[in-house]
Amino acid sequence: MPHINTHPVLDISHLSVALPSSGDRRHAVIDLSLTIKPGEIVCVVGESGSGKSVTAQAIMGLLPKGQLIAERGTITLQGEDVLQATPDRLRELRGTRMAMIFQEPMTALNPVLTVGDQIAEMLAIHTDLSESEQRNRVLEMMKAVHLPDTERMIDCYPHQLSGGQRQRIMIAQALILDPALLIADEPTTALDVTTQAQILKLIKEMQERRGTGVLFITHDFGVVADIADRVVVMQHGNLVESGTRDEILLAPKMPYTQMLIASVPSLVPPHREPVNGPVALQTINLSKTYQGTGGFLDKGRIVKAADQVNLSLRRGETLGVVGESGSGKSTVARCIARLIDPSEGHILLDGLDIANLPEKSLRPHRRHVQVIFQDPFRSLNPRRTVGQSIIEGPMNFGLSEHDALNRARDLMELVGLSPDALSRFPHQFSGGQRQRISIARALAMQPHVLIADEAVSALDVSVQAQVLALLDDVRKRFDLALLFITHDLRVAAQICDRIMVMQKGKVVEEGATRALFANPQHAYTKALFEAAPGHDFTKR
Amino acid sequence: MWLFILRRVASTVPVMLIVAIVIFAMLRLTPGDPAVVIAGDQATAEQIARIRASLGLDLPIHEQFLTWIIQILHGDLGTSIFTNMPVSTLIGQRLEPTLLLTLTTVIFSVSVAVPLGVWAAWRAGSWTDRLIMMFSVLGFSFPVFVLGYVLIYQFGLTLKWLPTQGYKSPFTDPLGFASTIVMPTITLGMIYIALVTRITRASMLEVLGEDYIRTARAKGQIERKVLFRHALKNAAVPIATIIGIGIALLIGGAVVTETVFNIPGLGRLVVDAILRRDYPIIQGLILVFSFTYIIINMLIDIAYTMLDPRIRY
Repeated sequence: MPHINTHPVLDISHLSVALPSSGDRRHAVIDLSLTIKPGEIVCVVGESGSGKSVTAQAIMGLLPKGQLIAERGTITLQGEDVLQATPDRLRELRGTRMAMIFQEPMTALNPVLTVGDQIAEMLAIHTDLSESEQRNRVLEMMKAVHLPDTERMIDCYPHQLSGGQRQRIMIAQALILDPALLIADEPTTALDVTTQAQILKLIKEMQERRGTGVLFITHDFGVVADIADRVVVMQHGNLVESGTRDEILLAPKMPYTQMLIASVPSLVPPHREPVNGPVALQTINLSKTYQGTGGFLDKGRIVKAADQVNLSLRRGETLGVVGESGSGKSTVARCIARLIDPSEGHILLDGLDIANLPEKSLRPHRRHVQVIFQDPFRSLNPRRTVGQSIIEGPMNFGLSEHDALNRARDLMELVGLSPDALSRFPHQFSGGQRQRISIARALAMQPHVLIADEAVSALDVSVQAQVLALLDDVRKRFDLALLFITHDLRVAAQICDRIMVMQKGKVVEEGATRALFANPQHAYTKALFEAAPGHDFTKR
Repeated sequence: MWLFILRRVASTVPVMLIVAIVIFAMLRLTPGDPAVVIAGDQATAEQIARIRASLGLDLPIHEQFLTWIIQILHGDLGTSIFTNMPVSTLIGQRLEPTLLLTLTTVIFSVSVAVPLGVWAAWRAGSWTDRLIMMFSVLGFSFPVFVLGYVLIYQFGLTLKWLPTQGYKSPFTDPLGFASTIVMPTITLGMIYIALVTRITRASMLEVLGEDYIRTARAKGQIERKVLFRHALKNAAVPIATIIGIGIALLIGGAVVTETVFNIPGLGRLVVDAILRRDYPIIQGLILVFSFTYIIINMLIDIAYTMLDPRIRY
């Protein structure tokens, strides 16, 4: 590499990025300065709206045209100010000097081009290599990121690969021209914990071997603990604090950083009294199998999404169902809520088997099981007011509009929102507020069983802590049986009385939270703990 | 892939059979006895009965159907009641102009509309975009016959660049074909351009917001390739759908254009046959149109799988 090692790869100085005048604030990024040296991983941490992704876009010259403008400051990449570069020069720099990987490997790859073609495109744009040379380089690079069976995989389409494999493809694509700077924007957020651990290891390995400087954007302090050399904390576009990893994680100076770190749920579960209420929900050998539809010339294959699942849940108790994607945890939840029909087994709700009840006789029981979904942006109808969404259910079950509205007002207060907000639309609320609304909507039905399906996974840590506290509060107040579905062990540790670990449709381990965390038995549970980001750090 | 195509082709057979039954039933169940119509006002009951027998209308309905199906399988669509010519010959004569007009119209409109739509989406919200959209609204609202006569007046009568009417077969007179087909193609293509432009724009707008477009730009790809290599292929499924539906509509819907430009195509045959209650021709035409639709639908489905590797039936 041409530069001398002490020179920073990236030097951002007094950068300000302006928002359009219609925005709720004037700047997305205000007076930001940071440097990245070769071979260094700098983590930019912040909650949504902190300006961390905008910073990445500004470096790449990818700010949405006409909406965000880098007003002031310089971004110096190996001695060259990218803010002054012509569009053609910027295109040359992208891929060769700086490259980027994104959060969603599912959507960041073009679905109609083979992964090999997409990696090779980098070479086609920036080099004169012939097609066969390109293919060889691509195969080499795919091996370097530890993809299996590269000769076959090079001609696959993205949807044929797993999430982790797709992210490896993204990394291969980003690093094939050996850029000096790699920008990673939440690259592991959409992945399962065990996959996340592998991808983090890969990024570290590639970066060490090639001496790449890495700007790593994340909201997850566990990831920071695992990967960062230095940390920059941002809030509302401002730099709050920066320092080495240990300085920030062990001795944060600013109150905001302290609050963020305190909000990260601990992997050590608190003591919880065993719950002795009546059993509200029980499943016996609950199974759900999917058979591929297939035409008349081929047979679909059979997938056991849930396999002989037995669980029992008491009033006032929280049962955590933990597992990675495809483990069947959401399938179980959906069967219990009868959003999908189970293939086999029994679901006893207050002693009554609802597994095979036809819709008509099931209807009166529906209100006893309510679900809160992961994405509050999509689970509320955008064209109906919050009030309409909340009162619809109770009114379907015979409550007058007047009574339903009164109940909705009480519930809004209970979840910490103003009752006046009932006439507003979902888009006028933040993610955390919307999840509170979803909770109010579920509670309006006065359920016995509340299912939270990854209900806090899409939220920032500080908001997550508040919503978790609210869920725990309503559980106590209404003596609810809470079925808490999550992939996040930290969250599970904090809220669950008991935990059930699922893998490939089967329950592999079950027990009281404290006992299970202290002494996991099954190999898969152990692997999950091993992969939890920052687990070494928390135990210190 | 080949297995899919085979299955898709095989699956058209039952559909075609159902269509044939429906067409057969429809004409038998509609009021009005063709024998009475053919025989005329002065006919005696005996004459009518004789005509009925000659048409096979006196046989039980399932026997009529069976004979009819066997005839169709032999390529025999019956005989026109009025001209006494085989229906297949009549349709065959008229097929060429209509098919060729459809073909030129599709090629012309797609090659204009897709780039226009891509351009409009790329420059969404700008003056270029608004101008293209305005043009497409105009294309929708301009009646076909008005546009046809305006073109004839301007290029045929005033400037005398092109012949005003008629049709020449490209197999005998290529130059004549080219000069006679230009104006009908533009006339017929206008609505179609408007439609495809709008669909292309909408579909592209959606795709341009996708993450992989950002990825392509982050790689340093030039805009033209971002648009055509990355975006258009992803936006292609709805565009292919509308093009396919368009082809089907064009084959049956060229009546007005064929009348304005005096082209002896299928559209005119339809009108004439309906006015004369020439049942065998009507039946034959509906059958030909339906089968064309079925085949086009099949081709669209096959095109999907080529455009998007995720689509597998």
